[in-house]
Amino acid sequence: MPLNGTRAAAIAGWRGGTNEGAGKRERTMAVSLRESVQQVSDPRNLDASVEEVFRLMLGIVCKRDAGPVTMEQESVTAVVGFGGVLSGACVFRSGAKAALRIAAQMTGMEFSGIDDTVKDGIGEICNMLAGAWKGKVPELAANCGLSVPAVITGRDYNLHVQAPEFQVHRVYRFGEEAFEVTIVCDGLQ
Amino acid sequence: MSEIRTLIVDDSSVMRKIVERALRQAGLDLAVVHEAGSGSEGLELLQAESVDLILSDINMPAMDGLEFLRQIRAQNLAPGVPVVMITTESSEEHVRQAIQAGAQGYIRKPFTAEQVKERVLPLVHAA
Repeated sequence: MPLNGTRAAAIAGWRGGTNEGAGKRERTMAVSLRESVQQVSDPRNLDASVEEVFRLMLGIVCKRDAGPVTMEQESVTAVVGFGGVLSGACVFRSGAKAALRIAAQMTGMEFSGIDDTVKDGIGEICNMLAGAWKGKVPELAANCGLSVPAVITGRDYNLHVQAPEFQVHRVYRFGEEAFEVTIVCDGLQ
Repeated sequence: MSEIRTLIVDDSSVMRKIVERALRQAGLDLAVVHEAGSGSEGLELLQAESVDLILSDINMPAMDGLEFLRQIRAQNLAPGVPVVMITTESSEEHVRQAIQAGAQGYIRKPFTAEQVKERVLPLVHAA
């Protein structure tokens, strides 16, 4: 997962001026973000992001579900990394049927299986979720970059994510389909 | 409205199709839609083809959208052609960087066809 390079690139892109000035700005921003960790980790930010992305791009109304999701044998997982004042990832996971439905809504095409276009579409959904989520907190919007999406497909695999700072995990449903979104923060600078 | 030759630059083929669909829904008569999966591919295309409108993502591997835009200006490719950034980055700083690099418009993902219409049509008319 290219998070380290993304993290470095996000920091390099965010910094401007001298290294000393950038360091001072980073420390100020870090104190500010750490004090805002409750705001940053508020699950309602994720709920609002999911609602916005699915409504605007897919015309789908999603509802939060108490979960857990009984994942199909075949599933699709997309990951977008965060780098900068917050490091971590946005992880989107759904069963194959939900992924096919999402891709169909995005493209207007029909899919019989998880092909490259479906994976591309799911990666973009995760990308937009990550961007919408970080946009909810001004310090993150300006000082946290996104990696390009990575998409994993397969059968019978489990995800394990360590999150020393915080983790927000939600399940959402549309029609008979469900998906999970997890925001993982492994560090606040 | 006269037919528009468009270049859409995004590393996601799905997003390129979504942008094209939004442009058509916004009422643009698209004569030609060129697609590029990267900034460098976009530059190669602009060296060979003339366009009336460019839409580009920002977060792309190898060459991001801002560098693509800077290179368009540095190489004097597509002079006078409006460029609109379509991206997940929403902060004022990103918008400022895009405008500074030479973009005339900025649309945040997720977007509606109506938002595309509001941001793109005036630029096309002005050009």
